[in-house]
Amino acid sequence: MQTSFINIENIRNDFPILKRKVHKDKPLVYLDNAATTQKPIQVIEAISNYYLNYNSNIHRAVHELAEEATLAYEMTRDKVAKFINAPKREEIVFVRGTTEAINLVAYAWGRQNINKDDIIVTTEYEHHSNIVPWQLLAKEKGAKLEYIGVDDNGELILDHLDAYLKTGKVKIVTFSQMSNVLGTITNSEEIIKKAKAHGARVLIDGAQSVPHLKVDLQKLDCDFFAFSAHKMLGPTGVGILWAKKELLQEMAPFNGGGDMIREVHKYETTWNDLPYKFEAGTPNIADVIGFGAALDYLDKIGMDKVREHEMDLTKYALDKLSQMKGIVLYGPKDVTKRGGVISFNLGDIHPHDLATIIDEDGIAIRSGHHCAQVLMERLDVSATSRASFYIYNTKEEVDVFIKSLNRAKELFKL
Amino acid sequence: MSSADIYREIILDYYRNPRNYGKIPDPDIAQRDSNPLCGDELEMHLNIKDDKVADVKFTGKGCAISQASASMLTELILGKDFEYVKKLTKEDILDNLGLHDLGPARIKCALLSLKVLKSGLYSYLVDKLHDTASADKIKEESSGLY
Repeated sequence: MQTSFINIENIRNDFPILKRKVHKDKPLVYLDNAATTQKPIQVIEAISNYYLNYNSNIHRAVHELAEEATLAYEMTRDKVAKFINAPKREEIVFVRGTTEAINLVAYAWGRQNINKDDIIVTTEYEHHSNIVPWQLLAKEKGAKLEYIGVDDNGELILDHLDAYLKTGKVKIVTFSQMSNVLGTITNSEEIIKKAKAHGARVLIDGAQSVPHLKVDLQKLDCDFFAFSAHKMLGPTGVGILWAKKELLQEMAPFNGGGDMIREVHKYETTWNDLPYKFEAGTPNIADVIGFGAALDYLDKIGMDKVREHEMDLTKYALDKLSQMKGIVLYGPKDVTKRGGVISFNLGDIHPHDLATIIDEDGIAIRSGHHCAQVLMERLDVSATSRASFYIYNTKEEVDVFIKSLNRAKELFKL
Repeated sequence: MSSADIYREIILDYYRNPRNYGKIPDPDIAQRDSNPLCGDELEMHLNIKDDKVADVKFTGKGCAISQASASMLTELILGKDFEYVKKLTKEDILDNLGLHDLGPARIKCALLSLKVLKSGLYSYLVDKLHDTASADKIKEESSGLY
């Protein structure tokens, strides 16, 4: 198979699910990676190895199983810190996913720091998970939620941010580093620079970026960063919140319970050290360990190679798609400005009908509003179809996809 | 069922040339709903006169199945007795569309129109006819639609 960037054949062999057939005899062409990626055997085995050989609760017991489990769990924290070049390991908090990470910040930091008439700035291309928690907070505090608009090329209009910042009331700017619909890579450095000049905090939703791009938190120097394991070969139910240590120290806990305490008395409790102050209850031990294996896997390939492979594939797909009559493609045309997420509409075929038709050919894509209804309003559509790539996708699969789109056109007599 | 069976000429025709598309000014029944999973929207307006559906219109955005289903439903109930409309079932809608064996994800598209209609009838029975017994029955019947 093609692509000079990574050895696709070896990679595909690591993913048992890619060998299965769908609709009886159709090879699976999985192009729904922005929703969740498939898992390599190394991740699946890491999880089952924990349950088979050293299942136990962490941080408390002194027996051997607990020590092994604690070590494996904490090793993932080190791997995460290294993967995103976080300054300190104790700034890495394990949560359930990006959604929980953002809710944690909106709740624990937001309630302490957002007051009446303050402004929270987000963008028109956010996932609902980076809109709704802020709406709840704004409503509770009488604060205002403002949006950085999206231009016709699918990029943010940063002049909007300047206007909001000028009011002097912006407390936090929160945005996705890569749009889950348009694939647009946000100019994060520019936003952080502007926000800092006005004393506003910055949260980055890295759910779509960390799986596909090299992310360097020390270079970025934002305040909060959130992402999910399952969109980068890891299991569901694990997410990461990174935040600057001084912020985590000042913040009140999110959940109260076991493991997050130092001492509990009848009416008073003192908090555990970071990051445990934010990890109440028995965490998702098995899946955190599984995530460690996912990070090892990506590290071995190298994120630069992942990016190169996806750019190559995206360019190939965009070239072919843009030749189709009646197609509308959303997002930047320039592949250096976008990730491997392609949203489109084909004639008057509704995305759900399109996804139903091409599913018959074994192709899994996403159709709908992609939890981004604010962006759908901006694009003036009710839904789009979305194909998204990862390390195991090939140009041959893109060809199958294009062929299937043509079949859909025929069925709809376009 | 295969796409070729779903996207027959008649479904595409109702999708592209919806019958009874539009709004009724000051209708007896106005009901709107959306499918939270996909964002498809549907609004139905009805006028009831002499215990019959005197007029019915719909507007909406969505897939061929949901829009064709709504359009065909309006044709099915126009001029019919109110009692007939109250008794419409899921099977009636699927028969009318000629769509059976739709998967669990797509059957919601086909039944959105019936769900909107039943919710509208419920409000009408409660608010205008004060017939809570019939309304409750409709609510119970339509609870299994989604």
